[in-house]
Amino acid sequence: MTETIVGIGTRKGLWLARSTDRASWQLEGPHFLMSEVLSLLFDTRAGRNRLLVGFRSSHWGPSLQHSDDLGRTWVEHPEGSIRFPEDTDTALKATWQLVADPHDDDVVWAGTEPQGLWRSEDAGETFTLNRGLWDHPHRPEWGEGAGGGAIHTVLPSPVDPQSMLVAMSTGGVYNSRDGATSWNPGNTGIHAYFMPHDEWPEFGQCVHKVARDAVTPTRLYCQNHRGVYRSEDDGVTWQSIEEGLPTNFGMTVVAHPRRGDTLWLVPITSDYQHVPPDAQLQVQRSDDAGRTWRTQATGLPKTWTNVLRDAACLDADPEQPGLYVGTRNGEVYASTDGGESFSLLATQLPDVYCVRALTVA
Amino acid sequence: MTGMVARVVIPGVLRDLAGGAHELTVDLAEPAPLAEVLDGAFAPWPILNSRIRDERGEIRRHVNVFVDGADAKRGQGVRTPVGPASTVHVINAVSGG
Repeated sequence: MTETIVGIGTRKGLWLARSTDRASWQLEGPHFLMSEVLSLLFDTRAGRNRLLVGFRSSHWGPSLQHSDDLGRTWVEHPEGSIRFPEDTDTALKATWQLVADPHDDDVVWAGTEPQGLWRSEDAGETFTLNRGLWDHPHRPEWGEGAGGGAIHTVLPSPVDPQSMLVAMSTGGVYNSRDGATSWNPGNTGIHAYFMPHDEWPEFGQCVHKVARDAVTPTRLYCQNHRGVYRSEDDGVTWQSIEEGLPTNFGMTVVAHPRRGDTLWLVPITSDYQHVPPDAQLQVQRSDDAGRTWRTQATGLPKTWTNVLRDAACLDADPEQPGLYVGTRNGEVYASTDGGESFSLLATQLPDVYCVRALTVA
Repeated sequence: MTGMVARVVIPGVLRDLAGGAHELTVDLAEPAPLAEVLDGAFAPWPILNSRIRDERGEIRRHVNVFVDGADAKRGQGVRTPVGPASTVHVINAVSGG
């Protein structure tokens, strides 16, 4: 029997939703009550059954903990899993992204606020700061979006161990082709309308999220602060794919886990109106890598809420991957038909910050 | 010896991180900066320490530390002198929503 577990990170804790049919769900939680749960990773590589959680308390600061029994017990490294080295004179504010490396079963990557990239070689128990990116000469000019200045997207190439993309707000996309040693900006073609003197800068863009195509790993999709883009060269140059969308603003983008050219966005009216177009929560689906789009809203409410950067994901169901979106008013919707229809998975939770799904065969 | 021990009182919600202790004590022969007193008190309890101070040793924004009734953040911060008979209170600030 296949079980699906959806981790729901919220402003006031973590819930786990479990289902064997993806129709009825059992909600467990909260874990870390009153902490903002910002990043989740289910890690089942090498026989693991690990859930890594990055969260922060407004009083007690950031923390990263893991459970090897799906939340019954939690482990926190005594010295802190992520600690900025003394010479940086910097304190961790939050861990916004946790990603399993596709080539090494023990490696986990983390993206933090302030903008740091971190590598763990013990499945997320301790991390080392990536100095190549930390010492990048652009660092003094990286800025902060509304959510702070963070590396929120980490995309190791699934085919080339030397290649990796990260994205940050603000700063934009950076790529490494030498195993995360050196980094170059990859923002050509991404508009930064808010820059007063150069709207097409080398870096400084407010990229919100990047997703990688399932079949063509050098094809990437970007939801920018105003603008939706596709890259065909592994994140170096970008072309607009916003034609046909109701808006070009949004926080998130997700790609189908197996089918190429297939992606979803959650449009938001604009950067000064963070509500869905026509107050109708919806996703926009493309099956041709962003050349055309269609609205999917069946089962989604009329509402004034929206969906944040990591509050959308897909599971790994072998028949039809489930699509999950969590809203800022504490609801999670699930679709098991590729977004054609949604049903309510959870309601009356705090603001949803992130969702991640695990499929257990 | 009485009078040669500074007391560090832990907020209730963090006492599990100090083995259930209500307070920790630090032997002091002479006044010392608050940072050193907290280093001594928290040495066996690094997770407790991380809740109260960041990796630079700074007291977290929404945590207040009082030395003999005076808010250290309004004084010399982690350099505030702590006497051999002082009481240090760690308190979660009244904030949040």
